[in-house]
Amino acid sequence: MPVIEAKNLSKVFGKNKKQALKLLDEGLTKEEILKETGSTVGVNRASFSVEAGEIFVIMGLSGSGKSTLVRLLNRLIEPTEGNILIDGEDLSKMDKSSLRRVRREKLSMVFQQFALFPHRTILKNTEYGLEIQNVPKEEREERAKKALELVGLGDYIHQKPSQLSGGMQQRVGLARALANDPKVLLMDEAFSALDPLIRKEMQDELIDLQSTMQKTIIFITHDLDEALRLGDRIALMKDGVIVQIGTPEEILVSPANDYVEKFVEDVDISKILTAQHIMKRPETVNIEKHGPRVALERMREEGISSILVIDSKRNLKGYVTAEDASEARKKDIKDLKEIIRTDIPKVNRDTAMQDIFNIIYDSQTPVAVMKDEKLEGIIVRGAVIAALASDSEVNLNA
Amino acid sequence: MLNNALDFIPEIPLSDAATAVTDFITDKFSFLFNPIKEHFGTFMEFMSEDVLMNIPPIIFIIVIAILAFFISGKKFGLAVFSIVGLWLIYNQGHWDNLMNTVTLVLLASILSVIIGVPIGILMSKSKTANAIFTPILDFMQTMPAFVYLIPAVAFFGIGMVPGVFASLIFATPPTVRFTNLGIRQVSKDLVEAADAFGSTGAQKLFKVELPMAKATIMAGINQTVMLALSMVVIASMIGAPGLGREVLSSLQRAQVGPGFVAGIGIVILAIIIDRITQNMNKKKD
Repeated sequence: MPVIEAKNLSKVFGKNKKQALKLLDEGLTKEEILKETGSTVGVNRASFSVEAGEIFVIMGLSGSGKSTLVRLLNRLIEPTEGNILIDGEDLSKMDKSSLRRVRREKLSMVFQQFALFPHRTILKNTEYGLEIQNVPKEEREERAKKALELVGLGDYIHQKPSQLSGGMQQRVGLARALANDPKVLLMDEAFSALDPLIRKEMQDELIDLQSTMQKTIIFITHDLDEALRLGDRIALMKDGVIVQIGTPEEILVSPANDYVEKFVEDVDISKILTAQHIMKRPETVNIEKHGPRVALERMREEGISSILVIDSKRNLKGYVTAEDASEARKKDIKDLKEIIRTDIPKVNRDTAMQDIFNIIYDSQTPVAVMKDEKLEGIIVRGAVIAALASDSEVNLNA
Repeated sequence: MLNNALDFIPEIPLSDAATAVTDFITDKFSFLFNPIKEHFGTFMEFMSEDVLMNIPPIIFIIVIAILAFFISGKKFGLAVFSIVGLWLIYNQGHWDNLMNTVTLVLLASILSVIIGVPIGILMSKSKTANAIFTPILDFMQTMPAFVYLIPAVAFFGIGMVPGVFASLIFATPPTVRFTNLGIRQVSKDLVEAADAFGSTGAQKLFKVELPMAKATIMAGINQTVMLALSMVVIASMIGAPGLGREVLSSLQRAQVGPGFVAGIGIVILAIIIDRITQNMNKKKD
């Protein structure tokens, strides 16, 4: 069961909400509805579900409705229509006290501008969520300290927020959200106000934390690189509509429409694609069955100058070149073992294309792609260049 | 022709109406006003004559000087000024008048804050309350202060109590306005954060909004105290004792000297109160 699920979630700002919703159903655009009714559509029938332990990134440019959408999830903004299910409970139908309970126990939020209480110390800020639940002082201090240590701020607990740098302040924001031990973390552009180096550091740390905590995270960002780094899945928003939901690769490699394509066209694709996307099925000879003659024949058929050598279990043994094979045939050598070379570069199937560049640049032979000890495929220089030149060459089903 | 048009409607008996309303209130609420007049009047007399005037002036001056010293961040300026200023008032024989004035200002200010802060909070939370109270506050502040004296006498007779009542009406608006403003100015982010963690309305108010608005509210309270002080001369017209009465009687007899001395006393008190309340505000930041 998904931890959090949005069903047809809509938000209309302005007076003629009902009329605007009706026009939305009729398929009018945001601009047309604004002209017709004077109401602004913030979020337009957004539906998605997020599983436990997932980092779900909602990405869009400013004005795309992403910040509104995340506030609909904890009803900081009241939805005009639609449902929010958290652990199967419908948040949209709750009265105030049940809503408070869910906010206290299941949902925590991290804000773009940190939103720390300037009159409280770091410890007191972190305690806030527990304090309002009347958790006894000792227990809440202990839990707050633990959360602060988790984000590496154990030594700063008696400082005021203004004494800390932006990055540290956002760590406090994160600690404050974690102190409640919520199921779901809502992070609204949490790292956008930080400078790029600190931002990257925080992203790495979030990924680290996530690997141990296994929270369900909904992360809002306008930064595609950030989305690709963090997201298990990404929802791309435009004009209040979720245009596409998919894994980073799906979004990059098969954009749902022109908008997504435009959005992702500037991405450095070499950071996203991995060896498995550009490898080919390898031509091989079996060291246990074949000799130089077969190897030479295969190479001639395929028009290649070297061929990989494997055993019957697809373990990679090395490769032979056409030159060596033809020499061996002249000398009537029957066994491939005598001419096999083993200086072939190997990469894992998950190696990023960026890292394959350097290897293939220095190498005289194709690069072998391995899964564990077994040969999966090969990458020739041409495939790398082709992948960079055009997405269409990329074989996602590999 | 045009004048005829203006005269088309006969004079509206506005003045009669105001009189009738005041009479009505005086009559119907005397059960409320009389005990207030009696008990509160007794209390004020007790406070000024039995408490403040019984403190030896030298002790009073030292206590104020020490308070001034610590509250202004351990600087001597305000403390020295307090000693010299208060001694001067004592030296001129106005000590008892000063104590009466302090009582009037103190009680009027405290009541203003007790009434003003909750109204300010209400205005910040409710559009309706804001719409209702804003014109009332405007009215209270722009109506000449003398006008309040008339119903004050009708309700409470003469003396300190109507003085406090008139000061209250004149001095409360800044506290209300600044409280309202202070809470509205709390950054939306912080309010959202408080909500997102599941605060109740009261938790949000006491743990986030009021602490954040404190500096602004204190500025309003400072204004309220100053306005209450500025009412002491006017309140003396309905029999409130103190430095104000000295100023008034000097005016009536055209005596420049005594009027100046009493006036200086008010200025000294004003400066001490103003600096102390301002520093209370700064201290925490």
